[in-house]
Amino acid sequence: MTDRQIIIPGEKIVDSGDFLPGEGTEKRTDGIYALRFGLAETSGKLIKVIPLSGVYSPRRGNVVIGKVEEINFNGWRININASETAFLSLMEVPRYVNKDGLDEVMDIGDMVIAKVWGINKRGIDLSIKSRGLGRIDEGIIMEINPHKVPRVIGKEGSMIRLIKENTGCSITVGQNGLIWITGNKVEDELFAKKAILHVAQKCFVSGLTEEMEKWFKEEKGK
Amino acid sequence: MTKEFKRQDGRKPDEIREISAKVGIIPNADGSAMFQSGKTIAIAAVYGPKEHHPRNQRNPARGTLRCTYNMMSFSVTDRIRPGPNRRSTEISKIIEWALEPVVMLDKYPGLVVDVHIHMTQADAGTRCAGINAAAMALAHAGIPMKDLVSSIAAGKLDKTIVLDLDKYEDSEFEEGEGSTDIPITFTGDGKLTHIQVDGHITTEQLKQAIKMAREASKKIYEVQKKALKDSLGGGK
Repeated sequence: MTDRQIIIPGEKIVDSGDFLPGEGTEKRTDGIYALRFGLAETSGKLIKVIPLSGVYSPRRGNVVIGKVEEINFNGWRININASETAFLSLMEVPRYVNKDGLDEVMDIGDMVIAKVWGINKRGIDLSIKSRGLGRIDEGIIMEINPHKVPRVIGKEGSMIRLIKENTGCSITVGQNGLIWITGNKVEDELFAKKAILHVAQKCFVSGLTEEMEKWFKEEKGK
Repeated sequence: MTKEFKRQDGRKPDEIREISAKVGIIPNADGSAMFQSGKTIAIAAVYGPKEHHPRNQRNPARGTLRCTYNMMSFSVTDRIRPGPNRRSTEISKIIEWALEPVVMLDKYPGLVVDVHIHMTQADAGTRCAGINAAAMALAHAGIPMKDLVSSIAAGKLDKTIVLDLDKYEDSEFEEGEGSTDIPITFTGDGKLTHIQVDGHITTEQLKQAIKMAREASKKIYEVQKKALKDSLGGGK
C-alpha cells in the first residue's frame, strides 16, 4: 500500500485487522473502509481520510476568522463559513464588558479572529482569550478554499513566512479559509493577496516554496 | 421465443448506452457532478450541510437530505413548462429515498444537505442519471457515505429483458406486451436501495432483470469511481 491514496466512500483501504480505523473510516468484517472522499493516510497503525473538498468542518483549537451576524444578551453569533454559525460567549472575552454595551466591543458586520474552544451538540463555541485574537480593525480579508489552507501555510509555516518576508505584511490564516492581511501600504497588502491566490491556484505543484521564491523575484523585477 | 431480438438503436439486450461522468463542474457548489448516459445528461450540485430552513422542518435527531429534481425546459424536443410539477416532485422524493440508505446523516443533527439535480437533456432514464450524478456530487461534497450508489433501468420489451431503455423504447414501443420500465439503484457492493416497476412483469423475469441490472451497475460504479479520482488527480 502506498503512503497516500485517493479514496472514495465505500472503498476498502486495507485488508488486515491490524490497523485501527481513524476519522472518515469504518471497520467492517474484512477490512477498513473509507466513508469520505479524499486522501487515505496511514500513520503507524491508524488510518484516516483527509477530506479535500466540501464545507469547512471546525476542530477544537482551530484559529478561525468570522463575521459577527447577531448579538445576543450574552454573546455574539459568528459566521465562520462552517455548516453552523459559531457562538462567542461573553465569558470568553478577556475583559469586562458592560451587558448593555456588547455592540461597543463587536458590532454586527465586524470581523473577528477567534479560536474554536469546543464543539458539542449545541454548536460551536469560540474564545478570544488568547493573544492575537479579537476584533479586526484594519487591513484586508480574503477568502480561499479551506482545504488549501495547509498549502498556504506550508511545512512548518515555510510558505507563509516566505510571503510575509517578501511583502512586509502581517498575515493571519484562519483554518476556515479566511485570511487577514495588514501592511504599511495598501499596495503591499494587495501584493500579498496576489501571492496567496497564486499559491492557492498552484496548490497541486510539488516544491511550491521554491517556485514561489522564483515568482517573487519575477514579480519584484517588474 | 424471440432469440434474435433487435433493438431500435442496435444495442444488445444487456448493453447499456455509452456513459461518461465528470466531478467538480460547478465551482460555487460544495460538491458537484455530471453524469451522461447516451443522450440523457444530468448535473447535480450539493450544498451543505447547512442550517435547515424553514426551521420547523428540521430534524434535531439527524440531518435531512433534500433533493430537487428538475427538467430544463429545453431538455426535451417539445419544450416543457419550467417549474416543479407532479412528476418532478415525485422523482425528487424517489431520489431522496434511493440515496438516504448510504448517506450518513446522523452526524449532522438539525442540518440539511441540499441536492439539486437538473436534466439538461432527457432521453429516458433521467432518474437513474440523476441518482448517479447526485451520488458523485455528495461524495465530492465530503459528506460521509457508507458506499456509492449506481442506478440503472432494466426493462422488458415485449418478452425480452433489456437494459437501459431509451425514450423510444420507454414510451413509444407498443409491440406485443409493450414495454416495462424498472429503474433500480444498487450500492457498490450490489445491495438494492431503490426499485420501481412501471408495467407488467412476472416474478421470474423480474429476478432476471435485477440480476442483469446488477452486472451493469458495476460498470457505472467504475465510471463514477474514476470520475471522482480524476477530479483530484487533475494537477498532480
